[in-house]
Amino acid sequence: MCRLALKTANEPFSPYSVLTAMEAMKEGYDGSGLGLLLRGLEFEDFKYNPRFPVLSGVAHTKKAEYRLDEFMDSHGYELKYDHRFDMKHGLIEAQDRYRYLLRAYRMPAEFKEKSTEEREDEMLRTRIALRKIGEEHGGDLSIFSFYPDVAMIKEVGWPLQIGDALKLHDGQIKSRVCMAQGRQNTNYGINLYACHPFFIQGIATMTNGENTAFVPIRDWLLGRKLPGYLGYQSDSEVFAHILHYTLRELKLPLQAYKHIITPLRDQELAKHPQGDFLRGLRDVCRRLIIDGPNAVIGTLPDETCLIVMDHKKLRPATVGGRPGEWAIASEMCGVDALVPERDPSLDFQPMREHTVIIPNDRKELTIWSQLDPYPLHQAA
Amino acid sequence: MVSARSVSVTPSSLTYSDHTWIIQHREDRCTLCGQCTAVCPRSAIYLAHRRQRIPKLDVFAHKRETEYRNFTGIRQKTEMQNSCIGCAMCEMVCPNEAISPLPNANENRSLFYHNGKGEPYKRGGRRNATGPTLLDRIMFDRISMLTDPALDAGRHEFNITTSLGRVLPPEEFLEKSKNGGWIPPTREIFPFVIGSMSFGALSPNMWLGLLQGVAYCNEVLGIPVVMCTGEGGCPPWVLKSPYLKYIILQIASGYFGWDEIIRAIPEMKCDPAAIEIKYGQGAKPGDGGLLMWYKVSKLIARLRGVPEGVDLPSPPVHQTLYSIEESVMKMIQTLSTAFSHKVPVYPKISASTSAKSVLNNLVRNPYAAGLMIDGIDGGTGAAYDVSMNATGHPVASNIRECYLDLAAQGKQNEIPLFAAGGIGKNGNVAQNGMALIMLGASGVHIGKYIMQAAAGCLGNEKNRCNVCNVGICPKGITSQNPKLYRRLDPDLVSQRVVDVFMSIRTEVKKIMAPLGRSQSLPVGMSDALGINDKDAAERLQIKYVC
Repeated sequence: MCRLALKTANEPFSPYSVLTAMEAMKEGYDGSGLGLLLRGLEFEDFKYNPRFPVLSGVAHTKKAEYRLDEFMDSHGYELKYDHRFDMKHGLIEAQDRYRYLLRAYRMPAEFKEKSTEEREDEMLRTRIALRKIGEEHGGDLSIFSFYPDVAMIKEVGWPLQIGDALKLHDGQIKSRVCMAQGRQNTNYGINLYACHPFFIQGIATMTNGENTAFVPIRDWLLGRKLPGYLGYQSDSEVFAHILHYTLRELKLPLQAYKHIITPLRDQELAKHPQGDFLRGLRDVCRRLIIDGPNAVIGTLPDETCLIVMDHKKLRPATVGGRPGEWAIASEMCGVDALVPERDPSLDFQPMREHTVIIPNDRKELTIWSQLDPYPLHQAA
Repeated sequence: MVSARSVSVTPSSLTYSDHTWIIQHREDRCTLCGQCTAVCPRSAIYLAHRRQRIPKLDVFAHKRETEYRNFTGIRQKTEMQNSCIGCAMCEMVCPNEAISPLPNANENRSLFYHNGKGEPYKRGGRRNATGPTLLDRIMFDRISMLTDPALDAGRHEFNITTSLGRVLPPEEFLEKSKNGGWIPPTREIFPFVIGSMSFGALSPNMWLGLLQGVAYCNEVLGIPVVMCTGEGGCPPWVLKSPYLKYIILQIASGYFGWDEIIRAIPEMKCDPAAIEIKYGQGAKPGDGGLLMWYKVSKLIARLRGVPEGVDLPSPPVHQTLYSIEESVMKMIQTLSTAFSHKVPVYPKISASTSAKSVLNNLVRNPYAAGLMIDGIDGGTGAAYDVSMNATGHPVASNIRECYLDLAAQGKQNEIPLFAAGGIGKNGNVAQNGMALIMLGASGVHIGKYIMQAAAGCLGNEKNRCNVCNVGICPKGITSQNPKLYRRLDPDLVSQRVVDVFMSIRTEVKKIMAPLGRSQSLPVGMSDALGINDKDAAERLQIKYVC
């Protein structure tokens, strides 16, 4: 079983606090790895400008780092900040971790006046090109994200031990949002790219459970021929890409995500005020229906956090917190550990029709039901 | 030796052991009731008076003499036109278990004499290929065990429907929803469709029974089963009834019955489920429909607008068709227009190496609502033996190729593929259908299975019965003779239709549940399939398992 923890707070906090909270959920899981995504970054030794994209990954050899530098230089990226982890190499199981990359760049000059969309497309192209360079050289370069205000770490081993190895407790890095997932994808071969959270153009998700409809969904997403719809070393990567497809390609409101991955039943659609539109949406996105059991936890570029469940088998997950500080965790004890000072009676466990949103003002939870009217500004 | 001239032997003289079926009659059990001879559809047996010599030897009197006994017994005719078809109706009606047809284990010479009067052998039924089919050998091997515990087929809720109709790419759908525009019609149907069997091929009682059963499945059980008419129209009372929504109307190259249909459009209470344009049929590709004169009764003649008692061979192609690109497009568009663009219109073709090119043309035709591919194991009401046995293409690899082709274009959700031809021919209907669905079909059509399971069709792959073409169906399923079709009670047929679909629904759940699937039909879920045949696995791009 995966252990998932997400914390979002107005005051930036250390990712180590999330790792210690994950210890509370350690019973019954294999602790085979760590995937960490930080958003709303703050560095101790650098005043970070949140417009600068941050490159996250691992250079497994010196040559790989050299090739990375060469690529970024030749494409006009200016290195603004290169975070150096104060490493304790002995605590990391893998032997080929030459450098953990966490670098802020200034975009090439020609992108200064370009639209956000064009800038995001360029960052995606760069990330994919770097990933490809790594793959062409025996996988000596792993790139997880390249996007403003987002940092990612993926590693094999016990999460807290990885935190110790990277000295995440030293206060050098803090963030307002932290997603942590404590397992490598042991269902298939160990591959850093297969570790949650998954990231594409600012959108990130992590999931527990297994996606039994993976192959047809993957085949359909691959057929979109969109840059970035690749990889799929994990069956859960499609959740991030479906969210991306919903918001970025179809330009639908966030409510549509749940309607796409777990559409309402025919008899529910018959009664729904926007039933006709939603039935049409189900038909055109039928290949994206998930079959669970999954709890999908995600974050968006504006620091909105969300959780949705599959339609039926419902992996456990709880949302709780107080104004200014919220947590989502796969186990209730995880929420306790992440935000101990809260009223647990107000915790919420989403059911099949719910999308729970923690808005970026972090004042109160928003709970949408699929049975509620759908904001139909897209529909006639 | 007697002279040859005194023995009645001709080149086509046959004896019992030359025939496919040999009647075994037990004189000691027979009560001479005559029911078997009355019921035999081929008049293959007759009551005959015989005389038996009984030698008598009186040892003490030193006398030898012969006595004779006269008796009445059952005998088999040996002329080809009366050849026993193994239907076993004699056995079914015999009160005393005195008679049964046995398959002839020897090579039978009758095979060489099916061409009397220069007319090659024609029959109804099936291809007569015995043994497990490729579909029978496919296993569902991706069982959810640890991270994703399997579902409970008995308690969980399942969505077992599929979409019939053209589906737009999501971007186009949203654009049209927002700005107005034609969104092609779709139907949410049960993925097992009763395949095209015409009113003409089937008896009125069979047709009524099927329709009653389908209506019950829809209206009482909530299983949205639809059935296809086949070529030959639809009874007028059905066209004007609310049951029309469960019916796929087929138009084929003879256009039989379409006068009635077009005239009925203004009076239709609802739209039909879909329109199927038949370009080909798996059992006899490149050959048109055939309703032999025996079955063109007064009712059928009226429905089809033809004289009574004439052969009705439909042409192999639509007369307007000279290129797939243009004519098929126009025909689909015309029919879509006739039903105000509110009814899905899709073509049915026989499985063939050219299926992919048909598909690629349909992809570019916005009015095409799907593609139905009928494989070589499909059945038929009447066809030349040689067409049925030797012409065609199995459906599995054809469907798979077409699906992978659509997937490569990212259009696998847009044009639903339906498969037919041999599904359930060995009884494994849900397993065969789900295998095809996981290979990429959105649904399957079943014909022979329905006749066998719902109406007790006697045909089998060893050429038992298979006389649907000549209207002597001993069960009254494919006959237009009231004396025969009165044997079939429509209410009982409908009951069996309901039994069949309830049981398919349960079996589908039993297949989906271990795979962890319940929310949508696992179309294209090829990771769940395995087969113990390396070549087939490679061809179908599924796992080889052993």
